[in-house]
Amino acid sequence: MQRFPCPFCGLRDETEFFYAGDLGKVRPDTTQPVSDEEWSAYLNDYANVKGRAKEVWVHTACQEYLALERDTVTMDVLSVTQFRKGEI
Amino acid sequence: MTKSYSGFRLLKEGIGGNKGWGQAWRTPEPEKIYDFIIVGGGGHGLATAYYLAKKHGQKKVAVIERGWLGGGNTGRNTTVVRSNYFYPESAALYDMSLKLYEQLSRELNFNIMLSQRGMVVLAHSDPEMELSARIVNAMQINGTDAELIDADRVKKLAPILNTRPDARFPIKGGVYQGRGGTARHDAVAWGYARAADALGVDIIQNCEVTNFLIEGGECKGVETSKGTIRASRVGVAVAGHSTVMGGYKLPIQTYTLQAFVSEPMKPVMDTVAFSPSYGTYFSQSDKGGLVIGGGLDRIPSYAQKGNMPAQEAVLSGLIEMAPALAKVKLLRHWGGAVDVTPDSSPVIGPVDVPGIYINCGWGTGGFKAIPAGGYLLAHLLATGKHHEVSAPFDPSRFRKGRLIDEAAASGIAH
Repeated sequence: MQRFPCPFCGLRDETEFFYAGDLGKVRPDTTQPVSDEEWSAYLNDYANVKGRAKEVWVHTACQEYLALERDTVTMDVLSVTQFRKGEI
Repeated sequence: MTKSYSGFRLLKEGIGGNKGWGQAWRTPEPEKIYDFIIVGGGGHGLATAYYLAKKHGQKKVAVIERGWLGGGNTGRNTTVVRSNYFYPESAALYDMSLKLYEQLSRELNFNIMLSQRGMVVLAHSDPEMELSARIVNAMQINGTDAELIDADRVKKLAPILNTRPDARFPIKGGVYQGRGGTARHDAVAWGYARAADALGVDIIQNCEVTNFLIEGGECKGVETSKGTIRASRVGVAVAGHSTVMGGYKLPIQTYTLQAFVSEPMKPVMDTVAFSPSYGTYFSQSDKGGLVIGGGLDRIPSYAQKGNMPAQEAVLSGLIEMAPALAKVKLLRHWGGAVDVTPDSSPVIGPVDVPGIYINCGWGTGGFKAIPAGGYLLAHLLATGKHHEVSAPFDPSRFRKGRLIDEAAASGIAH
């Protein structure tokens, strides 16, 4: 079992964490017309980075959203940042 | 030119000390220019090259593989072949594949050890039996063989399964496809490689494609560890790494899928059984090992090695399905990197960069689709147009919102 760091709870089992998507993916502004391509890209496309990936995760135990930097080849967690401080 | 394999040849070579077999395919150095380049020497890539040469008469074809043939997911799957799909588009695709598999040993003159021992998808409650009936009806309308079977029939097919009413998920029956079964995965890659090589295809191993050669916005070849190789059309069949090279985006995420083989034992299982509720399926290989598979790992990953929670889920499911197997030891387990699409259906077609055609997104079930995937990508490369079977799987379906949402794609929710 791999352990992931939560800035609030410390190291916890990976099963407590939920992968929520790519970091920096922004929902199209629906007050403006949105093309099929933009919607499709938002809904379906992923960065799918091999190596250093920036992702959004939820620690389901404390319900905090986290920005996790992770190596998708070695599975190492490289950094974790909380959203609360407005650093992202 | 390779010599034909036959019973007579086996006898002759046996008497001669097995010294006359020769190599099954050549090891050529790449030429500077081809008509077609296939990136990826797995089952799909080799099949594409074979059908380009065989069906479309193309002579200048190269398959470029960074490692060895069938070293990716072709060599890492659980060897199950089946076509028990719900939607007409999927049924046409996967049944085409199964039909090609049924002819393949003869066509390639290479025994792929296809064993149509049947596959049963278990139903564990009355509502699940109703859904199974619906699936059976859909499969029969689509022209695929399917039977709705009851618990007694399951018991006869696979006595090792726990059919007791006090099981965690009692077995009520299931969907049975008699034409499903297993095939020798390496033999599929080797058979296609040998047959393609005999038709003049250059198979270049240990040569990594590092980038596409783009000129004037069009793909004109590939950059490799053995230099630039030019071609007018490039086919890409690199499951797990379909989005690694830049230039185009695809709705794909790469996950690890694990599989397990137990120590060999006497025959206990002569069909393939899959339980969606337990999240586990297994069969028994000709050597006697149980071949066990399940769902994806939870986390996007290129690691080609699995993590513990998925192992625990799959193996605890196996023990619930067949408690008699609880003390069987595992011989080995491994992981492969698979492409996962939002609708669990493959992506076949041209990408945004002209000259590049892709065959990817097979998720957890690419092995069973090898003959069709190769046949359809070869058709696309040779004609520039979709075959009617591959047209619904064009990448444009995501823009159009016309998804083919196949829960049966892996048989496992993901």
